[in-house]
Amino acid sequence: MARKSRKANRRHPLATVVLIAIGLVVTGGGYALFSSTTTASADTNTAASQSVIDEGEKLFAANCASCHGLDMQGTADGPSLIGVGAAAVNFQVGTGRMPMAMQGPQAMQKPVQFTDEQTAALAAYVASISPGPAIPDESLLQADGDAANGGELFRVNCAMCHNVAGAGGALTEGKFAPELTGVLATHIYEAMLTGPQNMPVFNDDNLSPEDKRDIITYLKYIENNPSPGGNELGSLGPVAEGLFVWIFGLGAVIGLMVWITAKSN
Amino acid sequence: MAHDEVSGPHSAASDSSAVETSRGASTGTAVIGSDVVNPGEPPHRKRVTDLDPKKNKHAERTVYTLFYLSIAGSIFAVASYMAFPIEDGDPAALRLNTLFIGVGIALALFGIGLGAVHWGKALMADKEGIDLRHPVAGSAETQARAIEIFDEADRESGFGRRTLIRNSLIGAIIAFPLPGLVLFRGLGPQDQDPVELLSHTMWKKGSRLTLDPSGTPVKAADVTIGSVFHIIPEGLNEREDRLEQKAKAAVLLMRLNPADLNISPGRESWSYDGIVAYSKICTHVGCPVALYEQQTHHLLCPCHQSTFDVVNECEVIFGPAKRPLPQLPIEVDSEGYLVAQSDFHEPVGPSFWERP
Amino acid sequence: MTSTIDRTDAPAGSADATPVVRKSGGFTAAAANYLEERTSISGVVKEFGRKIFPDHWSFLLGEVALYSFVVIILSGTFLTFFFQASMVETHYDGSFVPLKGVEMSAAMDSALHISFDVRGGLLVRQIHHWAALLFIAAIGLHMLRVFFTGAFRKPRELNWVIGFTLFVLAMAEGFTGYSLPDDLLSGNGLRIIDGLIKGIPFIGTWTSFLLFGGEFPGTQIVGRFYTLHILLLPAILVAALALHLVFVVVHKHTQFAGAGRTEQNVIGYPILPVYAAKAGGFFFLVFGVIALMASFFTINPIWNYGPYDPSPVSAGTQPDWYIGFADGALRLIPPGWEFVWLNHTWSFNIIVPVLALVGLLVLVAIYPFVEGWVTGDKREHHILDRPRNAPTRTAIGAAGVTFYAGLWAAASSDLMATHFQLSIEGVIHTIQAWVVLGPFIAYFVTKRVCIALMKKDREIVLHGYESGRIVRLPGGEYIEVHEQVDEYERWKLVDYEVYEPIMLRPNAQGKITGGMRFRARMSRWFFEDRIAPASKAELESGHHGHGEIEGGSNH
Repeated sequence: MARKSRKANRRHPLATVVLIAIGLVVTGGGYALFSSTTTASADTNTAASQSVIDEGEKLFAANCASCHGLDMQGTADGPSLIGVGAAAVNFQVGTGRMPMAMQGPQAMQKPVQFTDEQTAALAAYVASISPGPAIPDESLLQADGDAANGGELFRVNCAMCHNVAGAGGALTEGKFAPELTGVLATHIYEAMLTGPQNMPVFNDDNLSPEDKRDIITYLKYIENNPSPGGNELGSLGPVAEGLFVWIFGLGAVIGLMVWITAKSN
Repeated sequence: MAHDEVSGPHSAASDSSAVETSRGASTGTAVIGSDVVNPGEPPHRKRVTDLDPKKNKHAERTVYTLFYLSIAGSIFAVASYMAFPIEDGDPAALRLNTLFIGVGIALALFGIGLGAVHWGKALMADKEGIDLRHPVAGSAETQARAIEIFDEADRESGFGRRTLIRNSLIGAIIAFPLPGLVLFRGLGPQDQDPVELLSHTMWKKGSRLTLDPSGTPVKAADVTIGSVFHIIPEGLNEREDRLEQKAKAAVLLMRLNPADLNISPGRESWSYDGIVAYSKICTHVGCPVALYEQQTHHLLCPCHQSTFDVVNECEVIFGPAKRPLPQLPIEVDSEGYLVAQSDFHEPVGPSFWERP
Repeated sequence: MTSTIDRTDAPAGSADATPVVRKSGGFTAAAANYLEERTSISGVVKEFGRKIFPDHWSFLLGEVALYSFVVIILSGTFLTFFFQASMVETHYDGSFVPLKGVEMSAAMDSALHISFDVRGGLLVRQIHHWAALLFIAAIGLHMLRVFFTGAFRKPRELNWVIGFTLFVLAMAEGFTGYSLPDDLLSGNGLRIIDGLIKGIPFIGTWTSFLLFGGEFPGTQIVGRFYTLHILLLPAILVAALALHLVFVVVHKHTQFAGAGRTEQNVIGYPILPVYAAKAGGFFFLVFGVIALMASFFTINPIWNYGPYDPSPVSAGTQPDWYIGFADGALRLIPPGWEFVWLNHTWSFNIIVPVLALVGLLVLVAIYPFVEGWVTGDKREHHILDRPRNAPTRTAIGAAGVTFYAGLWAAASSDLMATHFQLSIEGVIHTIQAWVVLGPFIAYFVTKRVCIALMKKDREIVLHGYESGRIVRLPGGEYIEVHEQVDEYERWKLVDYEVYEPIMLRPNAQGKITGGMRFRARMSRWFFEDRIAPASKAELESGHHGHGEIEGGSNH
């Protein structure tokens, strides 16, 4: 059910506004914040001003430290954040996975709790304590790469969990790989880079920044272009098709059968 | 409980409407039917189209309108074919093309179908007929004549009498398809032994581990903790039998904290600083087991949900598979690249009969 | 052999049933004459033109299957003009951007060409695939109808077996067709088949080797499946289908119990013109439904799946619905069912599900003979059973459906887990319990429900139905007025037979054999719970005076 509500949230008109706002900030504010760093290297925190970091520290102490510890070394309730970098913070907080509502098989996506400035401040603070992967450069997020290469890499590296059309899939013990439609390019990139939760890490030696760009290009291509055959039935494959033909196909045919054999008035 | 309430007239099968009890209802079969008399067909009810000429006219109008609609649908489909080109490769254009041609065709079909059925229901004579049934078996004379024909044929040919002729013919007919069956041995190559092929993969000592699909070699230093690399052997992409080799040689490379790994005696040298390589081909029926969870270190097969525990040398912890995924022994060469120490020590993939 | 009795209330003007049109001396008459003098067609028209078909909605299920098959042949023929059944490697250079330059087989390339570069090609592909899904679904439902109404009884047992063969052939057609585009989804399906075959004792390894023309995946399988898909299987299917229909004509269609209907007649509409209009129109309606599905809903988006490669796989890799029960059976096996014995590998994680599936199918195929043997009934049956009036059969059917549904559900265990927020392990364990216990529960519940319904029917026959009208008696008591059913409705409720279990009697040699004992036990199991239809005497005593108000429901 929670999954349904998450879906509903994303399709909620306000959610679109939030998405656009995040997009704008990422392209504008985010760029200004990290303008001095042009590549996705390991120490981007230098650009963040001390006041932003201080703001982040306060937010961290109030919202994150109870699980991750004031020194970020982690506690029984949450992992260490040493070395996770700004990208991980931006992904976890920016998609609403953090702060967690409750312990469960995996952190669920829910409405984003912080403004983009606050998220940026948190990211800057975490990165200032211990450097890690930075928020990716805008140039890699334009979905203007090679969709064919991206598609091939997606099938080899991602489709087994996320499904070939990015519709998501099941993992062990109640965990799942989420749907990828409607996810911001930044967040897709950051997820590959940092390996949130049980997702493996795809570092730049495995999938180069250009490879990641191509994967985003592919995902955005199938997201932004309608399925040529008509409604895709959730891209869930033969199970959805089978249910559809039994319920609606045979249903319609049986309705017609009853009409045909009913005696006319 | 219920059988206490058995009641009603008892009648042997022979005296109910039965046809042929004499021809073999088993001993003891008793049938209980009702002796209530069939009231015959209920009185015929006329339709509104029979009674009201206006309604009749209306139904007629509906039917021909539907047929005209069908013509319109066909024309619409042809027009859509021309109006929605797909040659620019835009999926949206293709969707429109599919949609409108399809809707036109559906309209044409529904017009004919609805019209014809409505015609049949509302306008054609609403007159039920009765066919009488006859037993499926032919009449006694027919059956007798058939037996006679076979007898005559037997007499005239001597089929039953000349047993040597008959039996040798049966033998010949049994033997005759054998060459045809043998020909089908050619479905598989003559010069290959499947057991031998299934027992080996492309991996050999010194083969570099390279990325799937690009073939870029992987350095041990590239594989950070929590990573998973999808690996093929060096040189696979140049092979003529690329897919057959890949179906056996695909490997999953993961790096864990070395302290987390439980390594059994004899395998200590198979991994490198927490980097382990396992066959990607499921030991159940061969799907790629590629869903790696980096925190729980589970490997899940998406086809039948076999789950393997990387920490314990990929032993099965859930699902229909039995055997752990085979491990590929790896080491680092002088340039820092990961290479195989040897081939797998056992056949990879699904079990087969001859597998020792 | 057909004798048709026209009802007397036929409207004037349409009673002219002359087999060959000879009204005017125009072109039609000349053409009819020409044809007649060369084919003797008038005999056929005389024989079949006014043949009677009974009307019931469920009798059209087989027609849905037939019409879907016609649509499959029409659309499939179009596809063959473009499809290349070859696994030669090529590089895609069509319209679909995300696959440009990707290496794939000619089969996949041509399937994409049909989809993206032939106008209407995608529509026809989708019509073909939706029609295939509908085809097998309609066969399945048709079989359930025939089973639960007892239409498979003598003289139709052999036609049941032919129909069963059609079902298996349809599944084989479906699977071979699904595999042709050589995409990632179907390729992994083939991979599973390969693994499945390899696990079969003695012959597995070599069977796989011969089927794939060497090692999996090889370069042969698409071409071989194509031959099966468009030549061999359809040829057998059409032959079996023709035989199936010939038997329908020979046996004449069954009918439900009803006033005026007996075992010796069949009441309904004649082929010409009413049945032809309805059934002919229905073909266009079925085709129309398929065309609508194909225009609005994507099916098998091979462009998303990409070409087959043994390394990638997609989450949610499932076969088409009709193979789902086999996939589910594989998923339900608990870990560890494989042993090495006598230096050979015994893959019970494959042998057991294969035996379960084959066993299920064999049981379905031979059921008419089993029931015929248990009942000892050698009479012809043309009046259908209402499912409730054959409680044991209906319960057996419900158990079978429950078992099948469990296997079927297991094939989508991962999707159930993600969509209902469950764990895969929990879903599988639940379905394992369902498959083992469910059939028994379904059996007992269904049998009880059937018997309860029969009691209710008896109640209605004897005491009428509850009218919903509450009357207050002078004494202050409230009762509900029961109304009697009319004699036509009543006939539908009493026109059935129940059997008494076979009695053990010595045979001609004066002996009672073990087989006879077993049969008697089976017969008792089949028939010990039964509710006999109301008899005339009971009716008369039950009614004692029409219009009398029946209080309560005990009799």
